[in-house]
Amino acid sequence: MSAQTLSFIFVGLSFALYIGIAIWSRVGSTKEFYVAGGGVHPVVNGMATAADWMSAASFLSVAGILAFTGRDGAVYLVGWTGGYVLLALLLAPYLRKFGRFTVPEFIGDRYYSKLARVVAVVCLIFISFTYIAGQMRGVGIVFSRFLEVEIETGVVIGMAIVFCYAVLGGMKGITYTQVAQYCVLIFAFMVPAIFMSIMWTDNPIPQLGLGDKLNDGSGLSVLQKLDQVTTDLGFNTYTVGTRSTIDSLAIAAALMIGTAGLPHVIVRFFTVPKVSDARKSAGYALAFICIMYTTIPAVAAFSRLNLTESVNEVAYSEAPAWIEKWENTGLIAWKDKNGDGIMQYRPGHAFSPTKPIFTEVRGTYGERVISNELTDSANEIYVDRDIMVMANPEIAQLPNWVIALVAAGAVAAALSTAAGLLLVISSSVAHDLMKRTFMPDISDKKELLYARLAAVVAILIAGWFGINPPAFVAQVVAFAFGMAAASLFPPIVMGIFSKRINRSGAVAGMLVGLFSTLAYIIYFNFIAPEINNPEHWFLGISPTGIGTLGAALNVAVAVVISRFTAAPPQEVQNMVDDIRIPAGAGVAHEH
Amino acid sequence: MTRSADSNGQPENDGEIYHHDEAENLPPHSHHDDETLSEIDTDAYWRANVKVLVVLLSTWAFVSFGCGVLFSDWLDQFSIGGFPLGFWFTQQGTMLCFVAIIFIYHFWMKKIERAHGVDDDDVEQKIDTGAPS
Repeated sequence: MSAQTLSFIFVGLSFALYIGIAIWSRVGSTKEFYVAGGGVHPVVNGMATAADWMSAASFLSVAGILAFTGRDGAVYLVGWTGGYVLLALLLAPYLRKFGRFTVPEFIGDRYYSKLARVVAVVCLIFISFTYIAGQMRGVGIVFSRFLEVEIETGVVIGMAIVFCYAVLGGMKGITYTQVAQYCVLIFAFMVPAIFMSIMWTDNPIPQLGLGDKLNDGSGLSVLQKLDQVTTDLGFNTYTVGTRSTIDSLAIAAALMIGTAGLPHVIVRFFTVPKVSDARKSAGYALAFICIMYTTIPAVAAFSRLNLTESVNEVAYSEAPAWIEKWENTGLIAWKDKNGDGIMQYRPGHAFSPTKPIFTEVRGTYGERVISNELTDSANEIYVDRDIMVMANPEIAQLPNWVIALVAAGAVAAALSTAAGLLLVISSSVAHDLMKRTFMPDISDKKELLYARLAAVVAILIAGWFGINPPAFVAQVVAFAFGMAAASLFPPIVMGIFSKRINRSGAVAGMLVGLFSTLAYIIYFNFIAPEINNPEHWFLGISPTGIGTLGAALNVAVAVVISRFTAAPPQEVQNMVDDIRIPAGAGVAHEH
Repeated sequence: MTRSADSNGQPENDGEIYHHDEAENLPPHSHHDDETLSEIDTDAYWRANVKVLVVLLSTWAFVSFGCGVLFSDWLDQFSIGGFPLGFWFTQQGTMLCFVAIIFIYHFWMKKIERAHGVDDDDVEQKIDTGAPS
């Protein structure tokens, strides 16, 4: 059977499974809709959290980023996983003890203010939509590349599936679907990785294979070979970093604080039965994530070797079949600058603008002709970084069912994250805005109806963003982390560990943090992208790392303003005392 | 029940020692009755908790910012499993340490909470261990 037919079958089967779970787990109350009734086993929750958080970008792009940036790219791994330590130690147990439904609800109650709650909802919606746009786009890309349907059709199909299980099943449906999605995506990621590791080193464990010797009898290890290849061609040496220390620190910190501040991840810890379960569950979540995240560097290294070996100094007419296939989808482009019919892979961009603009014409060797201006660089190849994961099965000459598996895995990664985000958006709108702020008298049934309506509207908006994306997938996701770091994380932590931070301080801090970070990101990416380089960055910190400063600013503003205004009322201080003690969490209660 | 009964060391189940009578009528989210709660030194528990956080977060910062970034290059002179050590930390090591930190935190806190009587163990378990057999 062809890879495409198999992809249809695999993706179709996985969809049938998700919809089956959705029908089985229909919910009837807001508590089930928001926090799955509060009875999710910590291991199950850990698995769901892993799928919730590992997005289309994790699945498709991170290995590519690492493959092209080597050691520099690893700061993303450190940042994204390190955030779980903050989440487990500083947030999860206390928010579980607080025992309500949403993140803005905590901020609103702790800072005894409707304004604080509304500001938190605004931050949350901002973060979630930024993030979700990338996911829907990811679904569309997978559909268009593996199944050869239009991106728009792919997005609409993705929306329909998420609609089924998020709107019907709420958090309960999402939890159990995410468990299934985790299994699909981890299997889909590991199978090609194991095959590639065996192909290069005979070692079936990719994590160990990365440090192993090559099996070609050269006596070199994988890393020595990579360093040699990259240095010979004039790239940065693979195992040597080039990013400035301050920027590396800022990016790692921003991603860590951002991960811990992502509302769709935090809210997962509201679903476990006990405070101690929240801590245990965070450990399981990170362990499940690390199965994939420690494999990513191996995938990156092997695919970089694969790519260089099968492309560089190879005549186009003799190139492996996958090159032409991915050229047809626009992820690879070649311009024979020196007219020798051989592909030269060198540092630098081959053309300007970086992404190829294809014409309808074919060149001398059958390659797609591009109309970009050429650069002075000797490089003749454009390679999209997402190709590293998607093309792996073909590069490693694996059977067609592995290709189909990767398609199903990528869709699972995108859908699981999208659904988690949709849920926090809909629960914030229905619970925090309607029930707790503007319409306190509505019944549980009415609130549930509003939550479902909000989910529908959110899906439609997300789909629109997926079809008309603001920027490319990974970039958009990186912004969401910066904003989460600068707006939501500080008021939650200060609310737990300080009794002195008050309403005015928290609100001012959130606003200053969010808008300063947003302004910096927008300025360097959209208003003045030509000066987006270390010379012009504030303190040498890139827009990806600026969330760290935003968070620091948030804390500073909150502390100073709280100092000069009245302390929080006694009942709020009592509430803080209560959430610090694990005993007596019970199930998430209504009020 | 008289004081002398106590000093004789004779456990007498005459209704005064068994104070779960009241606890059973409390809402399910509090298995410690009021009397017990006031006896618990919550400040001492909180200080112990903060101490744990300081120790583990310092480890976390040392691993991620230290081994992962600041002296990662210096660590490259050592090697582990075919990797330069600093490079290994950036690719795999920090992540393994993070998982370990969270589980250490879980078990450490469990111990502290039991010692301070603020744990959230199941009610059934509490009664089992509390009742003389």
